[in-house]
Amino acid sequence: MRKLLISIAMLSLLPPGGFADTAEEKGLKIAVEADRRDQGWQDSKAALQMILRNRQGDTSERKIRSRTLEVEGDGDKSLIIFDHPADIKNTAFLSYSHATTPDDQWLYLPALKRVKRIASANKSGPFMGSEFAYEDISSPEVDKYGYKWLRDETIDGQEAFVLERIPRYEHSGYTRQEAWLDKEHYRVLKVDYYDRKGALLKTRVASEFKRYLNQYWRAHRMDMENHLTGKSTTLVWSDFELRNGFSERDFDRNSLKRAR
Amino acid sequence: MTSRKQLLLTIAAWLPLSLWAEQSDWQVSGFVSGQAWYFWQEPLDPIQSDSNVSLAVRPEFYKAWNEGRDSINFIPFGRVDQRDSDRTHFDIRELKWQHVGPDWELRVGADVVFWGVAESTHLVDIINQTDVVENIDGEDKLGQPMVNLSLIRDWGTIDFFVLAGFRKRTFPGPAGRPRIHPPVNPDAAVFESDDEEESIDLALRWSHTIGNWDIGLSHFHGTSRDPRFGFDADASGAIFLFPIYEQIDQTGVDAQLTWNSWLWKLEAIRRTGQGESFNAAVGGFEYTLYGLLDSATDLGLVGEYLYDGGPVETRSPFESDVFTGFRFTLNDEQSTEALFGCTLDLNSSSRFCSIEARRRFGAHWVGSAEVRTFSSVPRLDPFFTLRQDDYIQLELAYYF
Repeated sequence: MRKLLISIAMLSLLPPGGFADTAEEKGLKIAVEADRRDQGWQDSKAALQMILRNRQGDTSERKIRSRTLEVEGDGDKSLIIFDHPADIKNTAFLSYSHATTPDDQWLYLPALKRVKRIASANKSGPFMGSEFAYEDISSPEVDKYGYKWLRDETIDGQEAFVLERIPRYEHSGYTRQEAWLDKEHYRVLKVDYYDRKGALLKTRVASEFKRYLNQYWRAHRMDMENHLTGKSTTLVWSDFELRNGFSERDFDRNSLKRAR
Repeated sequence: MTSRKQLLLTIAAWLPLSLWAEQSDWQVSGFVSGQAWYFWQEPLDPIQSDSNVSLAVRPEFYKAWNEGRDSINFIPFGRVDQRDSDRTHFDIRELKWQHVGPDWELRVGADVVFWGVAESTHLVDIINQTDVVENIDGEDKLGQPMVNLSLIRDWGTIDFFVLAGFRKRTFPGPAGRPRIHPPVNPDAAVFESDDEEESIDLALRWSHTIGNWDIGLSHFHGTSRDPRFGFDADASGAIFLFPIYEQIDQTGVDAQLTWNSWLWKLEAIRRTGQGESFNAAVGGFEYTLYGLLDSATDLGLVGEYLYDGGPVETRSPFESDVFTGFRFTLNDEQSTEALFGCTLDLNSSSRFCSIEARRRFGAHWVGSAEVRTFSSVPRLDPFFTLRQDDYIQLELAYYF
């Protein structure tokens, strides 16, 4: 948050009107505005279904539940509980995300009743064998990227900004991303991910948006396609709820052991 | 034999229990598994065989109310073994009521508690007795009846434990394999405390996360989970070992520093009450190479040094040893992973190696394999009598 305020303060020093903005300044403004519109939701919970598809079209399914706590001045805290496949049931994953420093992550292994702090340098690794990497599902803090506005474009009938995002954190699997944000609501509709060699690796399309508390837009479906392997993953959200009254206590290491 | 009866009772009770649970708001999960073993060396004792099969079941029943603040867990476990009547056994791993308060938690009943950070041995972990017949790696535990109060404060979590009753360690019977020689007769156990299995033991632990550090400090006062042994002979003149459970005090510290791709780990204990006081420690690292050769595979490198100043027969075979391990995690749909590891005794050059691998098939089946070998074991090494017990174990489990 502090860095964000500095960013906003710096922006306010700029002359009014868009003419003086460089593409980088305009890009940052878009990211800051998207972040501003998505503040104050406090906490959320949701059930997720993941459908993993290989090149041959065979599918397998994962079911997880997630709880997230909005943290002012830092990245969000989240708890993910695994429900399916049955052999990983009751496994739980706790993450305190940070904008530019490594996240703090713990894994609870129910077979050993063991809470293990894990290295968070695996940002580019696949989440549960899916096409989503850990960095794709972690909380989208402004300071995680450097920005550049590329162009305006219409996507699925919606006017959108096309924004380049360059990961600032270490161990990212991407050199850059291109994100499409609709001009009306600043929702991320689509992201192209470019790998370390600069080639287009994956595309994520968000859909089935619903608005909560008259303000917060949430996609209820995301499709991630891997262009190199031909595999894809669909994430479907259900039972989404904001402002459940969660506290820090619901995201400590003790809660990890008894998460259900 | 009573354990076999208990097991049959569990299985008989399990079916109606499951059906009933389906009708109520109990959550039911767990697994049923089958194991096959093969030993390719001549057994030391002719009563032992070169193969074995066994079946196990471990359902879990869970119910929560009061918006999740109260819950009950029930995890019975049972195994039937083809060769070893002592490996055919039944246990209640968990049967506990849990209440979660604003800054405290209370658990009453049988439970399993894990402490520690190391991979090759678990020194500070002392609440539960080891179920040795399940696996010689010491990671299977018997349920311990207890009252556990956790106080959650800004400066860490304090756990108080009152451990009501002592569980004797399980040991393979004469026909069991792998096992040490001569066999251990758990029923002939002797206790320092007159309370024997009715002993009430106490433990206390503080744990906290400070930045990149996860730290724990613990103290245990009560009956040692690790026995020493005495020799005796039965009526027929056959020699056996009997466990001696002494009263000990053990103070432990465990710490992990998580830094980039590195985990640095330390566990150390000081124990009094088993002969002379002694120290033991394990320390080392785990370093992970993410996305090996541009694949999704992670390779974890584990290196640990183990020192144990305890009397030879009480504890781990790790007097002054080095463990090296390689963990492959494929991060694929089937969650395929494999761990290759060897413990080398620096004094005797004896070597204990193992491979553990697992893979999911479909949505419910998990296949796993385990190979353990004992090489160049000198006569005075605790592994000496396991020297002919190299084995491969295949397991297929159905999770529900």
